[in-house]
Amino acid sequence: MQEIEKNQKKPLIVAFCCNWCSYAGADLAGSSRLSYPAEVKIIKVPCSCRVNPIFILKAFQRGADGVILCGCHPGDCHYSEGNYRTRRRMGLLFSMLNYFGIEKERTRIEWVSAAEGAKFSAVMNDFAKTINELGENRRLEDLRCKD
Amino acid sequence: MQGLEKLMLEKANALLQSGEVDRVIGWKKGESYYDVSPATFTKDNLEGFVYNCFCGANLSKYLVAESKKEGKMLVFLKPCDTYSFNQLLSEHRIEKEKFYVVGVGCNGHLDMNKVYAQGVEGILSMSEDENNLIVETVYGQKIVEKESALLIKCLTCKSKEFAVADETLVVGEMKPANPNRFEEVEKLESMTEAERYAFWKEQLSKCIRCNACRNACPACTCINCVFDNNASGISAKANADEFEEKLFHIIRAYHVAGRCTDCGECSRVCPQNIPLHLINRKVIKDINENYGDYQAGAEVNARNPLVNYTKADVEAKEVVEGGNK
Repeated sequence: MQEIEKNQKKPLIVAFCCNWCSYAGADLAGSSRLSYPAEVKIIKVPCSCRVNPIFILKAFQRGADGVILCGCHPGDCHYSEGNYRTRRRMGLLFSMLNYFGIEKERTRIEWVSAAEGAKFSAVMNDFAKTINELGENRRLEDLRCKD
Repeated sequence: MQGLEKLMLEKANALLQSGEVDRVIGWKKGESYYDVSPATFTKDNLEGFVYNCFCGANLSKYLVAESKKEGKMLVFLKPCDTYSFNQLLSEHRIEKEKFYVVGVGCNGHLDMNKVYAQGVEGILSMSEDENNLIVETVYGQKIVEKESALLIKCLTCKSKEFAVADETLVVGEMKPANPNRFEEVEKLESMTEAERYAFWKEQLSKCIRCNACRNACPACTCINCVFDNNASGISAKANADEFEEKLFHIIRAYHVAGRCTDCGECSRVCPQNIPLHLINRKVIKDINENYGDYQAGAEVNARNPLVNYTKADVEAKEVVEGGNK
C-alpha cells in the first residue's frame, strides 16, 4: 500500500501569499468556486517582502518541489514599496539558484491582486503543471527530511 | 618591490617618530620568503616588516577590531583593498579619523601553490625583480615568471585606482586591470543547468566548513553571525549533506550581495581551492546588468542596490533568464 502511495507521490508546492492581495485573491478564487491544485500549500505572510530568502531555501530543504511567491502588483503594495524590494531580492536569489543548477521553473513570482481570483487559480494550475512535468526536486533537498 | 618596501618602511618610521600615528598594520616576515602574515607594529618594534609579492592579504578586515582601539593607525592598502575600506566606512564599522591610509602600488600577488606546481622544490631562498621570482633551490636556481603564478583574484583584477588614500606610494607603472573579469561567470552561465549543477556539486562537496571564507571576508563583519547562532536553524559545524553545502554558500554570498567589493579574499583563503569568488561575482554581474553598474566601495555612503529600488525594475524572471542559459 505504502509503495503505491510513494509512486503516486504528488509534488509539493509552497506558495507564499501576501496578506493584502494574493491571500485575498486566493479567498476570492475559493468563493468563486475556482479550483487550484491540492498540492499547493499556501503560507500567509504580511507582505511579499517579509519572505526572507532563507524561507525559500528552507522550503526546498523540507521537500518542496517548487516555490511561488505572490504579492500585490508593483505600485499597489499595502506598505507602499515592499514588493519593489521583493522584486530585486528575489531576482538575485532566483538567479543565484539557477546558477547553482536548480531549474529556473521551480521558482516564480506572480503579482495577484485581491480582485484576481481567476488569475490566482490559473497561475497555480499552471505552476503545478510545470512542476509536475519537472518532477521531484532532487537538486535542492535535504535527504534527512525525506521519508 | 624591494624599492617599495623600503619606501613603506621609511614612511612608517617617519609617521611613528613624528607621533602622527601610534601603530602600523602591514605584513610580517615569517620563516620563509613566502610565509608572510598581516601584523601590527609599534614604534619600538618595526622588526620583520615586509612587503613582497606574497603579501596578497586584504588588511581592511583587521581594521574593524583596530578601530575600537585608542590612537591612530597607519594602514597600507593595495588598490583593491581600498574598496573594502570604503565599504566598511559606509557601514560605520570603522572610523576614518583613526586611520592614515597609504595606498601602495600593486602588480598582482602570487599564489605559492602555483609556484610549487611549476616543479619548484627544496627552496633555500627567494628574491624577486619586476617580472620574475628567483628561487634558489637545492637543485639550483629556478626562475618563475610572476605572470604565471598570480592569485586568482589578481588574474581578474578589477581596478588599479585607489578609492581612498591619504597618500600613495607607487614605484614604476602599475599594470592595467583586467577588463574581462566576468569571463569565468559567463562561461558558467553558458552551460546547461545540469552542467552547472555538476560543476557546483563537485566544487562545493570539497567544502570542509572551516569558515575561512567568512572570517577573511571584509564584508562579513556582523558581530553575531547567523552561522554561529544556534537559533537561526542554519548553524552547523560541518556539512551533513549536499543541501547544507549549497545552503552555506548561497547564504554567505547572499549576505554580502551588493556589499561585496570583489576583493577575492574568499577564494584566496579557501584551503580546498573552491572558486567562491564566482558566486559573489555572479551577484555583482546580475546587479550591474539589471539594476545599473555598481561597484561597492567606490564611494562612501553610496546606496546599496539591495536596499534600493526603482519602479521600472525588471521582473525577477527576466533577471534569471537574462543571466543564465
